[in-house]
Amino acid sequence: MIEVETSEEVADAALSRQASMLDGGRSEEMYANPLTADDVSKQFGGGPDFGRLLPWKRSENGHKGPVQVLQGVSFEIRRGEIFGLIGANGSGKSTLIRIFSTLLLPDGGEVRIFGYDAVDESSEVRALINRVSADPSFFRNMSTLENLLFFGRVYGLSPTEIKRRVPVILGRLGFEVEKAREPMSHLSRGQQQKIAVARSFLTSPVLMLLDEPTTGLDPRSKRDVQAFIRQVQAEHDATILLTTHDMQEAELLCDRISFIAGGRIVAEGTPLELRERVARGRSLDAITMETVFMELTGKSIEEDEEREEVMVHG
Amino acid sequence: MASIGERMVLPARAGRTNLMWAFVERQTNLWKRYWAWELVWLVYGVVNTLAITFIAKEAEQAGITSDASHLVLFLLLGTLVWAYLSAVLDDISLVITWERWEGTIEHTLMAPVPRALHLIGMSIFGVMHAVIRTLLIFLIAIPFFSVDLGQADWLSAAVVLGVGSVSVAGLGILTGVLPLLYPERGTQMSFMIQAVVLLISGVYYSVDVLPPWLRIFSYISPATYLLDGIRGAIIDGDGLVSLADTLGILALFGVVLVPGGIAVFAVAERYAKKTGQLKRQG
Repeated sequence: MIEVETSEEVADAALSRQASMLDGGRSEEMYANPLTADDVSKQFGGGPDFGRLLPWKRSENGHKGPVQVLQGVSFEIRRGEIFGLIGANGSGKSTLIRIFSTLLLPDGGEVRIFGYDAVDESSEVRALINRVSADPSFFRNMSTLENLLFFGRVYGLSPTEIKRRVPVILGRLGFEVEKAREPMSHLSRGQQQKIAVARSFLTSPVLMLLDEPTTGLDPRSKRDVQAFIRQVQAEHDATILLTTHDMQEAELLCDRISFIAGGRIVAEGTPLELRERVARGRSLDAITMETVFMELTGKSIEEDEEREEVMVHG
Repeated sequence: MASIGERMVLPARAGRTNLMWAFVERQTNLWKRYWAWELVWLVYGVVNTLAITFIAKEAEQAGITSDASHLVLFLLLGTLVWAYLSAVLDDISLVITWERWEGTIEHTLMAPVPRALHLIGMSIFGVMHAVIRTLLIFLIAIPFFSVDLGQADWLSAAVVLGVGSVSVAGLGILTGVLPLLYPERGTQMSFMIQAVVLLISGVYYSVDVLPPWLRIFSYISPATYLLDGIRGAIIDGDGLVSLADTLGILALFGVVLVPGGIAVFAVAERYAKKTGQLKRQG
């Protein structure tokens, strides 16, 4: 008997072939470097302030000049590693994450994610990444399940697949699955952040961007999230970029670390290499990562850099 | 973890309909959660419809018009169509404002969904939402007036509404660009555009009463033709053949405004990415 393929099966087979071709088409070098930033720069503000043409606006001093947020930032992230980007508030970490997320265009330089240009091939890049930010960012009156259904579906997952994956991921994060039907606004900050982590891993990204994922969490939630990140890295072929100003977290999780200050990368290496760089005869055990950061950047991690993005339009 | 190839074909494997439906489903869930607001808008819509349509009764009592039933129907349809149009325009033009308000703008806009599917999904929800709300207003308001709907051609009215909705969706996408470009004032700007559409489209009066220089603008508003078509089908019982010209013009608006709106949105999104405006707080 001749088996007739449905149009859906034909389309599915074509997409599977496309997936194999895409995998085969990426060279080993591209697979080896999930993220490459080359001489990336970004400036905010400094454009013409048309508001000042209005007589009552002329005397206002609100318009700020241009702020160079990133200057010649270059680094590579290797496949399967957790790469830490460490800097004080305002050092340019979040701006970089937003460029990698295709939400911000750099003024200069190039960002490639698995070989795809983050500016010109942003659609391809968006399919490969996901992100956790310090702010959980959910539809607060929708339930956890409704939120995860939406964010899973826009990454191409079917509702059945999402409902299958959600209890597994939430269980691993120590989240009571029964609470998944409650509105997000009923959950604590720590619980919401666990859901944010669940959302990012739900879509099986090949590159994870974790932008201060444990900021503001209680110690227990922080440990749960950190353990989950380690578990995902160990069990899956996940590459993770982690930004934080928590030095203990950086040392605990990261294979390599870059220090960023004033929008520039000032040092890069494994935690051990960075310690050795400032040791100058001292015992490595006596040198904390805070000390390393201060000696290499000339700043304290707690010291905010006043380099916030300037809005030129309102 | 999935391979690169598997990840990249996932959105395509999901299919366009599923990706669009994600937005329809999300907005429906939000709608259910914000049911109290929906009730407020329904009450407002009913009161507004009644308040404006009672003007026709006053005109009859004062002897201003001899054909009060025509004026009642004219105003009733005007208010109902405006309730529909403003609901569609609100839902679509707030595509960015909603995300900013909820704090989800970055996560939604970095998802691998083509922007056209995102905007069309929001438009489909906007139309469905507006149809339900307007139908409820109609059912509540109609017992207040003794209007004769015996001659109405409901099929023609539905076709006019369907074709007209596409052009209104295009207009909504265009106005949705404003909150993208102006995070703090864009929403108010889109309301201003709605107000201009209300003025020039003959919602509560015939466009013939407008000064000639203002009447010119009524020709470039799809709402003018939508109102003409609905009134023709319900008050005069015009069939699809009689309404062919109106339907053609509405279809032309749709063909121009939807792709045009999506293209303008794409340019504005790139500008917003350049200037760093795709974030929660403007």
